Parts: sequence; structure tokens; C-alpha cells
Amino acid sequence: MTDPFEPTIIGFTCNWCSYRAADLAGTARIKYPPNVRLIRLMCSGRLDPTFVFKALASGADGVMITGCHPGECHYIEQNYKALRRFQLMRRTLQGFGIEPARIRLVWASAAEGAKFASEVTSFIEEVRALGPLHWGKNDSVPTLTEAVIQQEEVPA
Amino acid sequence: MTAKPKFAMYWAASCGGCEIAVLNTNEKILDVDANFDVVFWPVAMDAKYKDVEAMEDGSILLTLFNGGIRNEENEHIAKLLRKKSKILVAFGSCANEGCIPGLANLIDSREIVHTAFNTITTDNPHEIYPMTSYDVPEGEIHIPKLLPVLKTLDQVVDVDYYMPGCPPESQQIAAVIDLVVQVVQGKAELPPKGSVIGAGNSTVCDECKRTRNVKTIKAFNRIWGIAPDPTLCLLEQGIPCNGPATRSGCRARCPKAGAQCIGCYGPADGVVDYGARLISAFASVIDAKEPQEIDHILDGLVDPTGQFYRFNLAGSLLKAAVPAWKAESTHEKEKA
Repeated sequence: MTDPFEPTIIGFTCNWCSYRAADLAGTARIKYPPNVRLIRLMCSGRLDPTFVFKALASGADGVMITGCHPGECHYIEQNYKALRRFQLMRRTLQGFGIEPARIRLVWASAAEGAKFASEVTSFIEEVRALGPLHWGKNDSVPTLTEAVIQQEEVPA
Repeated sequence: MTAKPKFAMYWAASCGGCEIAVLNTNEKILDVDANFDVVFWPVAMDAKYKDVEAMEDGSILLTLFNGGIRNEENEHIAKLLRKKSKILVAFGSCANEGCIPGLANLIDSREIVHTAFNTITTDNPHEIYPMTSYDVPEGEIHIPKLLPVLKTLDQVVDVDYYMPGCPPESQQIAAVIDLVVQVVQGKAELPPKGSVIGAGNSTVCDECKRTRNVKTIKAFNRIWGIAPDPTLCLLEQGIPCNGPATRSGCRARCPKAGAQCIGCYGPADGVVDYGARLISAFASVIDAKEPQEIDHILDGLVDPTGQFYRFNLAGSLLKAAVPAWKAESTHEKEKA
């Protein structure tokens, strides 16, 4: 074995709950693996499925979507919208041969730093077990980016 | 007499519907003949690839290219026509975004060959498959190899203009012919390179005359399962209509006739990933908050990947599914 596979995870957090949960995990010095790159949105309802598709197409092995608990959304009920998008996205991605477990939805309130950290950890382990995604960084398979570069180098 | 500018039209992986749409412009087609010298158009006239190869680079003024890049021949001709043409137009949904042939990107391309040559509808008891090269006394002969992943025209060569539609509406083609003729006569200017021509910039919903209210749906319906209200938005009635993400330009013909928009004009301006935009739109109108109930409603959308990427798969962010990428990787290794 050469380098062990380290999954790249893109995590979307909402400004009011889950980002603060991540913050709390930090201030409380809770450890979790550094594989997740967090992106803060104002609300999980802001999550355009395009972001998830782009993340997966650009090399992410998994995407984590987080928001306030149901009934506690800062914008009343946009997190339900996120929930429905998440469920429909998983079904659509299955058609592409992408395992549904590669995207996860987590509700975390501002007080749940420990929960946030443990969800991140367990998600990373789950994705690690699934292995690299074929759009991502896998030595045996050309990544999408390489495929695109090859196309661009073809003289017109 | 000065020579007329040259015109070419080519079909790669397509069905021929684009050519029919061109002919459906009726007498407008005579304007093409009056103003252009048609040098290459396999469906309409006899010409050989070597005739095109012999032409001077950039000598064809306008080439309408329809069809996706499915095999090595398509790729070769796309590159050849790019070299020989001043203006290359991706004509129709296949060249723009892959269209129906692009749906094969969901599977390994070997499965396509298998289905075509060795399933129950094919009488092939000795399992004879086409060979891409074969030795005959006169030498080795070739047929083009299938590419593992169907590509859109602009994934292979530089494209000047995009004309969407499956097929493009005839009145839109006629308008584009008019414009090009005016440009040739020096009466009009070409739009900026990379523009979408012969279509609107907004969505099908914008052109649709049906009444729209706040949409909340409890179930998805199939078009044959209910008698839809003729004046009310179809999506509001639970019919999965792709209007919210689809480019305008067709005058909302399908919704007008009571059928849902299936998205043949491709993504509207500002839509990065067509399917993702529709996921957003559909999920927003579902009236449920419990995961089980949502799942139950979503069961009504029988094939979400097909619903959202019927025309747009090859042009989407993910472009192809895992089996096709795996085949692509083997293909790349064989080439190397």
C-alpha cells in the first residue's frame, strides 16, 4: 500500500446553528479529523444542489450538509427545504452510481459541538470505507479535472 | 460573380430530427441555397470526407454541427470541421448537451454494443460482434471505435455559437438563417462569440400561459394518471414539469398542449447544472416535513436521474455515471 486514502469532505454549515456547533467544538478543544472543509451559508435552505454536484465533480469524496434542528430554523422552515432537496439529491445521485452514503444530512444546534464533531468523525470513517469517488483523487482513474485538461489540450 | 459563402451541416450522434427541422423551415431553405454554396451535408448531398479535408482551412463560413461525439469518427469530423469553418454552431440538443444519446453515459459503453447485438430481440446465435479492425486481402479495414463517454461538441472543439432544442424550432432556425443572410449581406452584425442563438434567455415557465399560484404538492402524478386542469400550472398539479429550469424559445408548446415540459431546450441562462436546478425546484414545492412522508412522495418520481438529465447528462457537472467513467479509464490506459 502506498499512501492511505484520506477522504476529502466538503461540509456546508448554516450560520445560526451548525456553524456555531463547529465553533463550539473548536473552543471546547474537541478533536475531529481535518478531512472536512467547512463552508458557511446563511441557512441550509441556501444550499443549491449545484454546490453538492460541483463538489463531487471537482474531487470531493463526500458532502456533509448541516443545519438547525427541524422547527428551529432561523428562517422558519428553510431547513425542511434542505431536507427535501437532500432526499431528492440522494435518489438522483444513485442514478450516477454514487452511493447515497456519500452525502449526509446532520442537524446540530449551536450547543451541540460534541455531536457535530462525532458526526464529522463517523461520516469521514464511512466515506473512507467507501473509498475514493471516481470523480475524485484516485490514482487508478483519471480525475474529471485531468479529463477536462486533456480535452482542452486537443488542438482545435 | 463573386463566389457565394460556403455552408456545411453535419450529423454526429443524433437522430436526424435536426435536419428535418431545417427542412421544416419550408421555403426558407431556398434562402440558404440562394445565399450559400452548400459544400458538405451528408444527409442531403453526396460528399466525401476527403473533399472536406482538401478544403482550405477556414474556407467554410458556416457549419451547423448536430449530434454528440459518440465515436472516433464523430471526433475526427468535429475537429476537421472546426479547422475548416469560420463559424461553428453547436446545433440542437445533442451537440449542446448530449441529449438522448448522452443518456448512454449512465452505463458502460460495452453494454450498448451488447444490447444492440446480443439481446432477445436480436437474432445472433453465434454472438458475432462488430470488430473495429479487420484484415482483408486488400489491407486492414476499420470502423470507428465507440468512445466510452459521449461528449458534447464543446468538450471536443471550440464552439462559436450554441443553438439549443431537440430539435430547434423551425421558426427559430428561420430567424437564424435570416440573421446570417443579413450578416453575409453586411446588413447586420454577429452576436458575441459563445452566445446562445435561436432561443430565449429565460425559462419555459416565463412563456407558459398557465396560471401559477403558490405551489404545494402532496403527490407526483403521471400525465396519464390524472385529467390535468387545462389552465393551471402543471407542476402545481403534481406533474413533473421541467419548465422552471428549461430555456425558453419553444413558446411553451408542450405545457400548452397539456404535456409537461421535458427540457429539450436545455438549461436557461444562469443555470449551471440543469438537474440540480430542478431538484431545487421540485423539492421546494413538496408539502411535507417528515422524512418518511417526503420519501413516500418522492417514490412518485419514478426515475429522478432520467427526469432531470434526459437531455443534459453529457453537459452536466457530473457528465457521466461511474460505469462510464470506469470504461473511460480503461480506454485511456489502452491508449497510453
